[in-house]
Amino acid sequence: MKPPPFELLLATSVAEVVGALAADDGAKVLAGGQSLVPLLALRLARPTVLVDVNGLDLAGIEVVDGEVRIGALVRHRRLERDATVRASAPLLAQAAALVGHPAIRHRGTLGGSIAHADPVAELPAALLALGGSVVVEGPDGRRTIRANQLFEGFLTTSISPDELLVEVRVPAAGPSTRTAFCEWAPRVGDFAVAGVALVLDDSSVRAAVCGVATRPVDISDAFAPLMGAPLSDAVVAEVAARVRAACAGDDDRAELAALLAVRALREVA
Amino acid sequence: MTALIETALSVNGERRILDVEPRTTLLDALRGIGLTGTHAGCEHGACGACTVLLDGETVRSCLVLAGQCGGREVTTIEGLGTPDALHPVMESFRRCHGLQCGFCTPGMVLTAVELLDENPSPTEAEVREALSGNICRCTGYAGIVAAVLDASSSVVSE
Repeated sequence: MKPPPFELLLATSVAEVVGALAADDGAKVLAGGQSLVPLLALRLARPTVLVDVNGLDLAGIEVVDGEVRIGALVRHRRLERDATVRASAPLLAQAAALVGHPAIRHRGTLGGSIAHADPVAELPAALLALGGSVVVEGPDGRRTIRANQLFEGFLTTSISPDELLVEVRVPAAGPSTRTAFCEWAPRVGDFAVAGVALVLDDSSVRAAVCGVATRPVDISDAFAPLMGAPLSDAVVAEVAARVRAACAGDDDRAELAALLAVRALREVA
Repeated sequence: MTALIETALSVNGERRILDVEPRTTLLDALRGIGLTGTHAGCEHGACGACTVLLDGETVRSCLVLAGQCGGREVTTIEGLGTPDALHPVMESFRRCHGLQCGFCTPGMVLTAVELLDENPSPTEAEVREALSGNICRCTGYAGIVAAVLDASSSVVSE
């Protein structure tokens, strides 16, 4: 099908984007378009104005004060391959590599995926597991939203309709940090049924799961038995049981999440 | 009817100025100027038939708006080779029966060209993964995978 009619604004500054979003309730941000354009084609979305942000300078990647700061327009393919990301935020590179196919990853953006908040998407779960945050800019200036305050439900975040996500921030990996993103999809590149993101270092473990609820879920507590204990079969079984309990509601997905959690654990152990 | 957007871009090395509706996809804009080698399949990013190169990278032209392409370079299947001068990957598709109805073929070929640029000697598993975003409903993929593997050696030996 063809998209319904809309206006297209090729924005050149964040202020222009924010102004356009504030001026029209039906305005919507267009970044990589890999989720929004299908919604338009299927006529599930009917914006009045699409504000194209691809002309903005929001594609920086830098490490500042132990924090990796990534511009919202960094595309998945670059996230997957960038040396700084691979060294300092390897979970984001691992998660990005699992998004769709290369032709999708050439266009899709980090900020777009997070703001879209698809409950099966990899990058929102990775952001949550990392305990990261996003920087958004609106009519009243910039504010930071922590990942655990960001995802509210199906395709819904705490970003206001007149705010633009401009940057993603995650703690930089330390020398002992190990990460894994394990998911299961019926075919390579398809939407995952569920996925588990895991971040482990000498003193802490954090994890999140996608695909089991209307938003990514923090399951760090399920991995607590790892701390201060050797990785025995009993510990692995305890973690699996806790993940299963944390994902209760859909038995199949809970079982899958437990299996993926164990797989992620084995990958970093 | 919304106002048309004048978009100047390069298509297969030729400068084109297109007047497009905001909602016109790159796919429809290309077909509108006669480049019907880019095939409209699912039109929502699921099948890969409309794959083209945008600034040298594969994209699904149904998921890019034409109005976003000002100043960009687009390569379609027509820009890759001609009936008299097939691209080596096209030649391998011909030689290995990598097509039957031909609907998925332009997207398959462009996806394969990008794979071989990045990985000149892929394994069969790597070929299958690289093509996994492109749907074929005729061949069962065996001929397509054989063609890409065939092209991998011919591209390397060039």
